[in-house]
Parts: sequence; structure tokens; C-alpha cells
Amino acid sequence: MPLIRIRDLTRHYVMGSETVHALRGVSLDIEKGEYLAIMGPSGSGKSTLMNLLGCLDTPNSGTYELNGTNVADMDDNALAEVRNREIGFVFQSFNLLARSDSLHNVELPLVYAGVSMEERLERARQALANVGLAERMHHRPNELSGGQRQRVAVARALVNNPSIVLADEPTGNLDSRTGEEILGLFEQLSRRGNTIIVVTHEEHVAQHARRIIRIRDGLIAADEIKPRPRSAVVPIAPIA
Amino acid sequence: MKPRIPLGTELREALGMAFHAIGAHKLRSALTLLGILIGVFSIILVATAIQALQRNIEREMAQLGSHTFQIQRFPAIHVEDDDETIDQYLRRKRFYLDTARQLEQRATLARHVGVVAEVDRGEAASDYGKTPPTVSLRGMSAPAFETRSLVVEEGRALAESDEEASRPVAVLGADLAKKLFPFGSALGQTILFKGMRFSVVGVLQPKGSLFGSSQDSFIAVPITWVLRRYGRETPLSIQVQAPSQEAFPDVMEQTRGVLRQLRKTPPGAPDDFEIVSNDSLITQFRTITLAVRAGAGIISSIALVAAGIGIMNIMLVSVTERTREIGIRRAIGAKKRNIMTQFVLEAVVLSEIGGLLGVVLGIAVGNVVPILLKVPAVLPWDWALIGLGVCSLVGVVFGTYPAWKAANLDPIESLRYE
Repeated sequence: MPLIRIRDLTRHYVMGSETVHALRGVSLDIEKGEYLAIMGPSGSGKSTLMNLLGCLDTPNSGTYELNGTNVADMDDNALAEVRNREIGFVFQSFNLLARSDSLHNVELPLVYAGVSMEERLERARQALANVGLAERMHHRPNELSGGQRQRVAVARALVNNPSIVLADEPTGNLDSRTGEEILGLFEQLSRRGNTIIVVTHEEHVAQHARRIIRIRDGLIAADEIKPRPRSAVVPIAPIA
Repeated sequence: MKPRIPLGTELREALGMAFHAIGAHKLRSALTLLGILIGVFSIILVATAIQALQRNIEREMAQLGSHTFQIQRFPAIHVEDDDETIDQYLRRKRFYLDTARQLEQRATLARHVGVVAEVDRGEAASDYGKTPPTVSLRGMSAPAFETRSLVVEEGRALAESDEEASRPVAVLGADLAKKLFPFGSALGQTILFKGMRFSVVGVLQPKGSLFGSSQDSFIAVPITWVLRRYGRETPLSIQVQAPSQEAFPDVMEQTRGVLRQLRKTPPGAPDDFEIVSNDSLITQFRTITLAVRAGAGIISSIALVAAGIGIMNIMLVSVTERTREIGIRRAIGAKKRNIMTQFVLEAVVLSEIGGLLGVVLGIAVGNVVPILLKVPAVLPWDWALIGLGVCSLVGVVFGTYPAWKAANLDPIESLRYE
């Protein structure tokens, strides 16, 4: 059974008198441990697909089974729980809480998961150490470089052991060297068995993935599996 | 599987963020909670001042012995200031020593009937020292030592025989004795008060050092002597002591009846005298201050509603500013309920900070009254707690709409919000 099983997913938005069909029937299986890139120009529907995959939105029709449960018609509370348990988000603009230090940012998903304080702190420290930020636990986002911020975000995405890491243009706000660093981090995570979905419009970012889904006009235009994905050129400290 | 967030965890997170958010906008928060502060301050100020006044009255009444009430011509507290009522009081017959004597005979249920007349105030002197002109001269009958619960430390109290012969003898309050005779016993010595000489026959135990020295700074001389010197029209107060608390109402009833007979009060007419006991005085005081308290309550309520609107306004601004934060929290698993809790708590915290400051300031400023009255400081716990309770309510009521708005933001939109 695939980790993600999507069948005939559609999503449209009503904007004034016009209806925009963002997804027109997408079917897709994603296995556990895949490193997948979703590509497409703006307006292709890739953001809509990402929102659906991330359980931030629900489809108008079709099914989305995540770990064997259909999340397509879950209510708001249930979706929040699925996001908390199953999905780790990494955003283009990091989306860290500006007033909180790294540790609290990473700990936050565990707060909503109802994990005890000691365990939260322990796991958050471990997650930060895993991305090489053991020394930056009490720094606030504005005291960190862009790459470090994104690593905090990755630590936050991983802290609750989600089924999927969902990254939306994770290198979009980073210079190319730091971007490679983050992509290198994803490769290591992938090698350790994490399922990673990167949404991007940049070809070189997508080239790191083992499978590339190309979206055009709300439909899957291509589904390529690459035997030898590109490696990140910048080596970073190995993950513990 | 339904993972429940422990309430403590959620509250701690929400409280932490609330303090963060308030700390991040200090001026804005301060201005917002100023309204709450003023509202709580005014009610606590009034409550503190009134409680201090009440303490003062209780202290005055503490001069009376146990199960004792006092009869006087005028009410202890009155608020009517129309001439008619005052005339009515002034037309009341005086009390004479004879009235008290007859009362003593006929009020068979009473244990003691004492008579006291505060007649003069001035400087007292002995061969060894003198006092500031604050010593009061008090005419007392022998049983008044009981009804005023004065206990002799040294020598003796005034006796019936002193009264009959109206001897110029005096019993001194503890402080006064110490001041006039610092080096030895006052007994047998002579004191001088406004040209009058008394020989000291007794010194009293200090009475409640808690209330300061004024309680113990008086000269007690036979009531008969005072009446002869100051005239028989001198205003008197009569105190009646019941043998026990149970007998108290009966004694009061009997006394009332006897007095009406003695004063020839027409049947059906209201009493032309006042009976004052600790309880009656405090009840009366409460009634009078009710209007003041109600007024302060109304002012506070208006201030708190206005402040609540201020809080709502600032919370709406805060929700807009923190749209992104809300999006992040929703994305990583916060439910609407969690967001709601966070923002309601923030409003409550804001309101409570104002409330706490208001309570502290109100009690601090209100305690000027007890300082002036020389009674111990008061802490109106009940009012403070009610005040803080109302603050929480204001926070919840006016924080709910902004919090609801925050909770219902679309996570996708919020994440993109710049």
C-alpha cells in the first residue's frame, strides 16, 4: 500500500463570477521513502496540490489516502491533527515564530501534540542537533542566517517524526550555496528513509529528487523517475 | 486516536505567548490596560477607604465593654442635613444624671448602667511634667468603668462615695500617668488641669496600644464633680451592659421602655433618643455607604466597558499583525480551539495586568484614609478578588471576538500574508 494514494483529485475556486479550475483530476501514488519533486510554472496548480497534500485544504472531489486513511473529507480539527502527526512543513520564507528562540520553534509541534515538557525539550534539542544547530538553540530567527533559519524549520518539520516532509520552494529565499546545503540535508534525510516532497519551479532543485512530477494546467503532464539524481555539491556535517 | 493536549501545556504555551506579545508592544499594551487600571483603581480605592472608615467606627465602639450599648441624644452617624430633621434632634430632651440613676434602678435586667461626659480638653500638668493640650477630661460614674471596660492597674477606680461627695479625685489613663509621673507612682499626687486640682487615686491599664496613645490620655473624675463645675446641662452618654450576649436584646428592650417612660415619650411616637451598639452602628454605616459604593461601582463598570472595547480594538490589530504566526501554528497542527484559547488568554492577561495594578494602586492610595484616622492599614480582599474576577470577565468577553476571528483565518491565506 502506498503512503499516499490520490485518485481524481479536483479543486476549483470561485472568484467573483469566474470559476478557476486549479486541479482537474490528479491521480498519484507516492511510496514511503520517496524523494519527489513537484514542478510546474505558476498557475499550474502545484501550490493547490501542495496545500491538499499538506492537509491545509480539502478537495472538491476525489480521494486522498494518507497512510490508509482518507483525509479528503475530514473536518478542520481532524486535519489539524493529521498535519501535526503526519506532515512536516518547510516553507520558502522559513515561517518561524519571530519572537521565539530556535528551541521553542522546534518544540511547538510537540506542544500541539500534547507531549510532556521534558520530552518536548529533549526531542527538540535532538532535532536541532541533527541539523547541526546544537549551538544555536537559544537564538531567535533574526539572530540566525537564512540557511540556519531554514535548518531550524527542517528540525521543526522533523521533530514529530512525520510521514512526509513537505517543502515549498525551500531554497527560494537562499543563495545558491546555502540552497545546496539545504538540499544536501534533504538527501541525507531521504537516505535515512524520510519521505520528502519538494514543490519548486526551479529545475536544478527538482534535479536532486529521484522522481519529478510535472504539473501543467491542473493535470499531471509528466512523471519521471531518474535512476541517478544529482547530489548536493556542498557537503555538510553528517547527521547524527 | 485523539491526542488531547494537557490543559497545563496549552495554558503555559498560551500564557507564554501572551506575555511575549504584550512585552513586544509595551506602550500599546500599557495604554490599553490603563483603562482597566482606572476602572479597578476607582472601585478598590472607594472600598479601601470605606473599610478604613468602618474600622474607625469599630475602634470607637471598642471603647464599649462587651454586650454593651450606648444611649445618646443624637444619632452617631446621620446624613440628613435638612433643617427640619436637625431641629427635631435638637428639640430632644437632654439626659440628666437623674435619668441615668432612675434607669439604673428600673432596668432590672441590666448588669451595669454607666454615665460618661466628655467635657473638656486641655493641658494637664504635675510637678514633674506636662502634656500637650490634648488630654480630655471625662466625668464618669463608678459603673462606667465596667461599661467602658476600663481596668485599674494601680490604686482604685472611682467609687460611689467619690460621686456622692463629688470629691476632686482622678483616675488617670496609662499614658497620661506615665507622662505626668515618669519617675514614680502617681498615686496620692496632685495634677492640674485648667486650674483645677485633682488628687490621683488610680491609674488604668493601657487600653489597646494598637490604636495609639489617644485612647489612654484622659483624666476620669467623678461625674458629679463635672456636672457641678460644667453645669447640669452637660451632655451625657449612658451605657448599659447586659449580663450576657443572650440577654442583650431583652436588656435593650427593657431599657427602651424605661427610657420612654422616664422621658414621657408619647405612645406610638418614635424614640426620642438613640440606642447605639456595635452592630447597629455598623449596619447604619453600611446603609449610608451603600450609595457611595454603588456610585463607585457604576463608574468602574463604565470604565471597564470602555477599557474592554479598547482591548478588543488592540486585539483585532494584534490578530491582523500576527496573521502569519496564526498560519504557522495552524500548519503545524494547532486547532482552531488552540488559537482561540491563545488569543482569549492574551486578552485576559492584558486585562489582569491592568486589574492587578489597579488593585495595588487602589489599596495603596485608599490606605491614606486609615493613616489619617490612625487605624491599621486595610486590605479589602473581597473587593480585590471581585475586581480581578471582573477583569478576567472583561478579557474573556472582549477577547472572544478577536480570538474567534484569529481562529477562523484560512491557514493557506495566513501563511502567505505579508
